[in-house]
Amino acid sequence: MRTTFINTLILEARQNPDIFLLCGDLGYSVLEPFASEFPDRFLNVGIAEQNMMQIAAGLALEGYKVFVYSIGNFPTLRCMEQIRYDVCYHNLDVKVVAVGAGYAYGPLSTSHHTTEDLAMLRSIPGMVVTAPSDPKEAEALTRYHCQYAGPGYLRINKAGEPILHKTAISVVAPQILPLLDRQDCETVVISTGAITESALSDIEENSLGWALWSMPFVNPVDRQGLIQLAKQYQTIITLEEHQLNAGAGSAIIETLMDAFASGELQTIPKVHRIAIPNTFQHVAGSQQWLRLKSGLKLSKS
Amino acid sequence: MHDTVQLALLIRQTCLTLCHTKNASHLGGAFSVADIMAVLYGHSLEHNPQQPRMPERDRLFYSKGHACTALYSALAHSGYFPVEQLLNEFTENGSFFTSHVNHHVPGVELSTGSLGHALGVAAGVTLAGERRHKDYRVYAILSDGELDEGSNWEAILFAGHHHLSRLTMVIDYNKIQSFGHVEDVLGLEPLADKLTAFGWAVAEVDGHDHEALKTVFSMATSQPLAVIAHTVKGKGVSFMENQLAWHYKSPKHDEYALALAELGGAQP
Ligand SMILES: Cc1ncc(C[n+]2csc(CCOP(=O)(O)OP(=O)(O)O)c2C)c(N)n1
Ligand SMILES: [Mg+2]
Repeated sequence: MRTTFINTLILEARQNPDIFLLCGDLGYSVLEPFASEFPDRFLNVGIAEQNMMQIAAGLALEGYKVFVYSIGNFPTLRCMEQIRYDVCYHNLDVKVVAVGAGYAYGPLSTSHHTTEDLAMLRSIPGMVVTAPSDPKEAEALTRYHCQYAGPGYLRINKAGEPILHKTAISVVAPQILPLLDRQDCETVVISTGAITESALSDIEENSLGWALWSMPFVNPVDRQGLIQLAKQYQTIITLEEHQLNAGAGSAIIETLMDAFASGELQTIPKVHRIAIPNTFQHVAGSQQWLRLKSGLKLSKS
Repeated sequence: MHDTVQLALLIRQTCLTLCHTKNASHLGGAFSVADIMAVLYGHSLEHNPQQPRMPERDRLFYSKGHACTALYSALAHSGYFPVEQLLNEFTENGSFFTSHVNHHVPGVELSTGSLGHALGVAAGVTLAGERRHKDYRVYAILSDGELDEGSNWEAILFAGHHHLSRLTMVIDYNKIQSFGHVEDVLGLEPLADKLTAFGWAVAEVDGHDHEALKTVFSMATSQPLAVIAHTVKGKGVSFMENQLAWHYKSPKHDEYALALAELGGAQP
């Protein structure tokens, strides 16, 4: 996904002279093509993420569209106040790009486990929070962030993710996207991020017979799309590689409960949330191993 | 007490084997700090591997958590846990030996891996010791790249202001960070002058000279002490020295054999 991101950004930057890329001393063997083609629109600001976000805000105040690239928690949690106050409050065109979603950097431990970012970023007014499930979504969302002017977050996994969408997709914000669009079942899975790959294989390999949708926009969510699924299915299962509290599943529950309270939904389906059970992992592990250890798996019961 | 030169060799050999067998990164920064770790664990630190939490121990905070193999190896060769255990378990599923420093490993004071955290915590631990009239010293091992972080300069300002004379910061000044040379990315010079201006006592040493390191670590100062250790990233293996690529690469079979030969040969 990170090469999809950078390749897409290069294509966009050829059309749009305002695109600027900052990194926090990261991106070896990923960012070089951008840096060499657009040396005037690239800067390694050093290992100083809070300052990097402020520099981004300054560039954006002068009309640049700034992408800020680093690993997981560093361009997000490390500089939350800069994101909230400098970027979002002033509604600046700054896109935070974090690689290493969830347990993508599993063996590197908690410093690199990116498991609270969705919660924190989606709580900030005006922040468009996105998490692609596959390289096609990563490309579409990168293009989306290049078009849309305002604060955004792109949460990408790492490298080598399979393509899940068999057909071409076009992203109209904040639409949810079908992966297994089945009508003949009672359960729909709504999944966010690269773990959607596991959702798809869990459903297919265990013949669970469920529908599956990808939810790339965590803030704002696709209210109409979610209400439609709530009308259609009796059970919703949410899946994300993120803490249970305040993540994508929480966003779905909030949306549906509000629709129920306002009378827009007459009944409300059961929503089972599968997420990291509000715990840290204290040990090393591959992404796949840590996902399973955290119970991020679909099964019948 | 260990022969620190021998200990440094063992540390480098173990770092090399860990990065080779477990396909891990950050060997360059482990090699640059290996002599510093050997002198501290083999000579200067008051510590007891049988009692890692001994209250009167000196506290060592290892801020450059990515180069964890140097700390884990120093601890293993000092007797905190078996070297075999480290070699077997490093980065394995379910292991406490994560590839950034983990405080669940005996002898480790603080988990690190997000840069720019440990100095401030070390300053807090120093403050606690002073308030309780304890004798322990506190060491913080930093990389040069992480001096980009504002959090470090806040802690430097704090420690100078509060005369935290039991605090020693060692800067592994290997001149290279993740995506370029320090002087190109964000220059630190004149570093000694900056630290002096922030109220620190400053010593500049060759970070691979054990006698010089021993001398600075025994200095008594009325201010916090900054040891600017001039080092070589990848020190000890000719083809890794001063090469940014060895921040990332893990040695493959041939490279491993060559490197091990340069480090004295024997399989650790
Ligand atoms: C807050 C934070 N930002 C970014 C990183 C990613 N990162 C890991 S190591 C490193 C820099 C390595 O260079 P240096 O700090 O000089 O360490 P050394 O040369 O001793 O290996 C970076 C940017 C990080 N670990 N933490
Ligand atoms: Mg360095």
